[in-house]
Amino acid sequence: MTDEYIISEIEKEYMLALLEQNKRVDGREVLQYRSLEIETNYIEKAEGSALVSLGDTKIIVGVKLVLGTPFPDSPNSGVITTGAELSPIASPFFESGPPSEKAIELARVTDRAIRESHCIDFAKLCVIPGKLVWILFLDFYILNHDGNLFDAAVLGSIAALATAKIPKVKVTGDEHEVLEEKVPLEIQHYPISVTTYRIGKKLLMDPTFKEERVTDMRLTFAFDEDDHIVSAQKGNKGVLKPDEVMPIVKQALEISKGLRKELMKALPSK
Amino acid sequence: MAGDGTEILIDEKGKRTDGRNLDQMRPISIKVGILKNADGSAEIRMGRNIIIAAVYGPRELHPKHRALPDRALIQCFYRMSTFSVGDRKSPAPSRREREISSIIANALNSVAFVEAYPRTTIDVYLQVLQADGGTRCASLTAASIALADAGIPMKGLIAGVAGGLINDTAVLDLNNIEDQKGSGDVPVGYSPTLDEISLLQLDGVFTIEQFEETLKLSLKGCTDIHKIQKEALKAKYIKIRDEVSVEVENLVGKTEIKEDIKEDIKEQDAKLTESTIKEDKEKKVEEPPLKAPKPVPEESKKEKVPEESKENPIQEPSKEGEDKTEVV
Repeated sequence: MTDEYIISEIEKEYMLALLEQNKRVDGREVLQYRSLEIETNYIEKAEGSALVSLGDTKIIVGVKLVLGTPFPDSPNSGVITTGAELSPIASPFFESGPPSEKAIELARVTDRAIRESHCIDFAKLCVIPGKLVWILFLDFYILNHDGNLFDAAVLGSIAALATAKIPKVKVTGDEHEVLEEKVPLEIQHYPISVTTYRIGKKLLMDPTFKEERVTDMRLTFAFDEDDHIVSAQKGNKGVLKPDEVMPIVKQALEISKGLRKELMKALPSK
Repeated sequence: MAGDGTEILIDEKGKRTDGRNLDQMRPISIKVGILKNADGSAEIRMGRNIIIAAVYGPRELHPKHRALPDRALIQCFYRMSTFSVGDRKSPAPSRREREISSIIANALNSVAFVEAYPRTTIDVYLQVLQADGGTRCASLTAASIALADAGIPMKGLIAGVAGGLINDTAVLDLNNIEDQKGSGDVPVGYSPTLDEISLLQLDGVFTIEQFEETLKLSLKGCTDIHKIQKEALKAKYIKIRDEVSVEVENLVGKTEIKEDIKEDIKEQDAKLTESTIKEDKEKKVEEPPLKAPKPVPEESKKEKVPEESKENPIQEPSKEGEDKTEVV
C-alpha cells in the first residue's frame, strides 16, 4: 500500500507562495508552534501517562515499570526502553504490523533525548546492585497524525515521566517484595526537542501533516534547560550546507525555551 | 472457584466491590468523532475502561486477492496498549486479541450493508488504552458507533455488555476483579432495534437457569447502552447543526429575524413610546439598549410584510426534515 500521501501540485504551490511571504496556510508564523495541551495521569493503570495534543497531532504516552536484571556493563543502573507505535488509528497511511522504520526512528530519537539529557537518574532505578533493577518501558501510540511527531513525542514523554511513580521495594537478603507505597520518579532535566524543517530555502517549525509532505529536510535538536544540545538527528533525504547548521541550532534553542515554559505550565504543579 | 474471593465480591447488602447493585452497569460515556483523520471514530469509557475506535474505509484492499467480489470485507484490529493493564502487556498481538478482532468483525458484518461496497475493505481499529474487564463488549459498542460515524449504512447499532456469575448469582457488567474471581461470564453483543444477538460467548460454569438469567441481564444492559449510543451520535450532529445554524443566521439572518422579532418590535415600539412619555428623564440608562435594535426592525418591517408569510413555512419544515435524517 502507498504509505505516502501525495500532495496536489496546486496545494503545494499555494503553500510555497505563502511561505515566500513568510505566511502559512493556517495563519501561523513560520516558527510558531500550534497550541500545546497535556493531560497527565490519563491512564490509571500506567505508572505515569500523558495525552499530548500539539494542534491536531495527538499522542498518548504510558510508562510501565517491570523488575528485571540489569545489563552486565551497568549493574547499578536501571534500564529504559522506548517504543513507538504508528497505530493505524492515527492516519490512513499507517498500517498495523511490526514497527516500521519510521516508528523505530521516532522511538530512538525520543529515547536519545531522554537518555542523553540524564532526564532521570538511572542509579535510582537500581534495587539490588547487579541483580535487580527497574526496567522502565516508555511506550507511545500516535492517535492522530498531523505532523511533527518528533517534538510532540518528547513533550508527551517528559510529561508522562514527570508524573510517574515508582513502587517501593522491600529487600531482605535475596528476597524482595514490591510494596503498595509509591514515590514520584524524580526528573533531573527537562529536555525539549525542536525540529526545524526546510522547504526550498525557507525554514519552518511544527509543520502540519501536509506541510511535512512538502518539506525536504528535517533536523531535530533536543536541548536541556542549561542550553546544552543533548541529541540531534537529521532526517529525510534533503542535505544541509555546513553554514546552515549553526543558525538553525541557535534558533531552535530559543524556541525550545518557550516550549519548555509551555510544558511546565501544562504539568501539574508539585 | 466459589470459595475464594466470592464473599468479598458481593457483600451482605447485595453491593459489589465498586458499590454497584447486581444489575447495575458501570457509568458509560461515549464521544463521537474524536479523531480528525479517521473516517469515523469514537471513544468509550465504561467504568475504568478507555477504548478508542477508528474506522477507515471503505477503501482499497491489499492484497487484492482477499477482496470479495460482491461486498466489502470488514477487518477489525483489536489491540491492547502496553500500559493498559497492571503488568505491561507485550506489544505483539496475542491469540486473544486476534480472536476478539474476528468476533467483533463478524458482529459488525451482520449490521453493516457490506453489499454497498464490493471489492473494498472497511477497517475498524480498536485501541484499548485502559482495560478493566469487559473490553471486548465495550469495543463492540464503540466500533458500531464509529462505523455509523463513518457514514457506513447500517441496519442498526450493536451494543455490547457482559453478564456474569458471582457466587451463583447473576450480575451485569463484570469489572476486572469480578471477571477474574467470579465463576463465569457471558459477553453479549445485541442490537435492540433488530432484536438480533450478533456476539455471544461464554466461559465458566453455568446451569441452564443461571445462563438464562445472565443472558436476560445482558440483553437488558444492551438495550440501555443502545440508548446512550443513540444519544452520543445525536450529540455530534446536534453540535454540527447548531454551528451551521449560526452560520446560516449570519448569511440569511435578516429574513429569519423578521418573523420572530416582528411582534417583539411592535411591543418594544409600544414600550418605548410609553416609557418616553411617562419616564423620559428617569430611565435614561435603559434607553440605549432599547434604541439599538430599533433601526434594524424598522427596515426589516417594511420589507417583511409581503415576504414573511411565504418564507417561514418553507424554512421550518425543511429544518425538521434535516434533523430526522441526521439522527437516523
